[in-house]
Amino acid sequence: MRNLQTRRLIKERRLQEDVWKVVTLIDGQPELDVCLPVGPLLVPVSVWKAKKACLIHREYEHGTPLGIWLSPEDDPAEIAKDVDDFTVIAVHFPKFTDGRGYSTARLLRERYGYDGELRAFGDIGRDQIFFLNRVGFDSFLIGEGRNAEEALAAFDDFPEAYQAGSDLPIPLFRRRAA
Amino acid sequence: MYRYDSIDHTIVQARVAQFRDQTRRYLANELSEDEFRPLRLQNGLYIQRHGPMLRIAVPYGLLSARQLRTLADVTRRYDEGVGHFTTRQNLQLNWVKLPQVPDLLADLADAELHAIQTSGNCIRNITTDHFAGVAADEIADPRPWAELLRQWSTFHPEFAYLPRKFKVAISGSREDRTALLVHDLGLQLVRNDGGELGFAVYAGGGLGRTPLLASKLNDFLPWQHLLTYCEALLRVYNRFGRRDNAYKARIKILVKAVGSEEFARQVDAEWAHLKDGPSTLTEAEVDRVAAQFAAPNYENLASEDLCHVAFQREDKAYARWVERNVHAHRVPGYAAVTLSLKKPGASPGDATSAQMEEAAELAERFSFGEIRVSHEQNLILADVPQRDLYTIWQRAKATGLASPTVGLLADLICCPGGDFCSLANAKSLPIAEAVLDRFADLDYLHDIGEIELNISGCVNSCGHHYLGAIGILGVDKHGEEWYQITMGGAQGNAAVIGETIGPSFAAADVPDVIEQLIETYLVRRHVDERFSDTVRRIGLEPFRTSVYSNTTSQRRSANA
Repeated sequence: MRNLQTRRLIKERRLQEDVWKVVTLIDGQPELDVCLPVGPLLVPVSVWKAKKACLIHREYEHGTPLGIWLSPEDDPAEIAKDVDDFTVIAVHFPKFTDGRGYSTARLLRERYGYDGELRAFGDIGRDQIFFLNRVGFDSFLIGEGRNAEEALAAFDDFPEAYQAGSDLPIPLFRRRAA
Repeated sequence: MYRYDSIDHTIVQARVAQFRDQTRRYLANELSEDEFRPLRLQNGLYIQRHGPMLRIAVPYGLLSARQLRTLADVTRRYDEGVGHFTTRQNLQLNWVKLPQVPDLLADLADAELHAIQTSGNCIRNITTDHFAGVAADEIADPRPWAELLRQWSTFHPEFAYLPRKFKVAISGSREDRTALLVHDLGLQLVRNDGGELGFAVYAGGGLGRTPLLASKLNDFLPWQHLLTYCEALLRVYNRFGRRDNAYKARIKILVKAVGSEEFARQVDAEWAHLKDGPSTLTEAEVDRVAAQFAAPNYENLASEDLCHVAFQREDKAYARWVERNVHAHRVPGYAAVTLSLKKPGASPGDATSAQMEEAAELAERFSFGEIRVSHEQNLILADVPQRDLYTIWQRAKATGLASPTVGLLADLICCPGGDFCSLANAKSLPIAEAVLDRFADLDYLHDIGEIELNISGCVNSCGHHYLGAIGILGVDKHGEEWYQITMGGAQGNAAVIGETIGPSFAAADVPDVIEQLIETYLVRRHVDERFSDTVRRIGLEPFRTSVYSNTTSQRRSANA
């Protein structure tokens, strides 16, 4: 039981163990200086750009899967050509009221054709899951202190939706007509 | 009007269940105040001075008689029997209790009503012309488009956490009755040279701390592309609108910062990827929705009802009501009627449950069972045979709905202000009531003629004071309530943001000041010249002099 409560990652609609570490830069730290611990990493966009060769090498030599994380300000167009390199692309929500990540997700899925794991992390919980799922996220690291178990129910908050989304490319009006 | 199918019902009921669970978790301390706030706001629930205020959506201002009865019923059962109709065509209840709100929403859902997205940083209730479908100057009925946009914006997953609120208005007629240019997004139905229907798109208008008129982004957006274009525009705003300062977060600030041409270019660049995609509207869908707004079965009537004409000759009070509150209709023998929610002793826009029920009854008996809410905070019966006008007038008089003052000074617009709203800097309703008392004489009101007097209790401008020929803005100076006067504002196609005339006044002096401004107008006006035309002709200076010159009074005015 204890183990379950510490699990905060929702994938395939169930709680799972999270193996990914998030690499963050300390203010002013040069990207090349950042140390890359062993294991699967989510690196900031700037680190990806600065250490691309090294990160790809880790994957080829050691089989360590590659991941990246985007802040709300990061333009997904910057990694548009690289999306197939990543096993996980994560989008950070510093505050759940900052909705930029929703557009980021749709662009990654619908414009740049990313079809790997798309993860939301940060200040997110039960009340954001339904919309996050609709814009293309398929993995959710629930914010600390929030109830991850309870968040599982959120996928079924609404049985139908009017608009097209990354989950459902055909809007209701076309399905109504069918 | 649009009737829900089983899917619409399912979605609204799912919302009730979702909000019931959120409320339960909040009351059980499982959700913090900070976590609950954005969730309850997206359901129209504010925590106000006296407790929660619930804003119920009236999509594009249209209600069936049955829906209005439901509103009367919930107003009586969950509130204290008085509701407040707002400048965005919604209904606010000021005395609801949080634990009861889920039940209230369930009652609303049964009548195809809800409070979805009536607040919060999301796409709000879409407003339109209260004469939609009956106006003689209509290019196309805006209501089907408003309904299509209502569906598209309801629980739009990408735009639930925008930088700030987002208000859309749609106008289908030549004369704008929607305050289109002070909306975040204004859609004007137009026909191109080929006779095809589309929209002129305006964005970046708004009142508040930085009042701005919207800029035109697109001369002609073919109707098929309405949703994809809106999606592109909202995406640009969601990504690039400011989030560091709530006062700089509306789309108007973004449009102003990058310039409207550059903003339009960015929207077009985004739209290029979405255009012709699956969200492109189909004729079948537009027809499905438009069919629900088909004209009612009008009778073949003479263009002028003789009894109605005779009654006007015999009864001066009736004639006066007809002059102000009865409006032309595109179908011969019919008229639209304003049931006024303005009268001395009452807050503008307020309606009791009994008044709502009487209005519903009138709608059922005389106006095909439908009623509208206007952004001037009145109720409208849109399809009334002229032969029934006299009966309606008598019944409306008996219920306090027949103030013959539409468009006159007493038809003022006012927000709930400091009595209820926790954002307000100052009370607005007592000011409105004092002005209504001062100008209670009907002969005087009719002599003054058409004028818009708009009152806001704070710079958020819910009372549209900037658009008033005379605007009153409540301000806070060192804990005291003062009132700033603006003049020269106008709504409609040639909207103008009003200008502050000088230092603000104490509450007790406001009726005197308004009277002074009116007296100046009466002295200086030409024959048949409206207040706003006189202001335009002679400028603000004579008005300033009349209220600030030493000789006029000993009244206090604040040092600006």
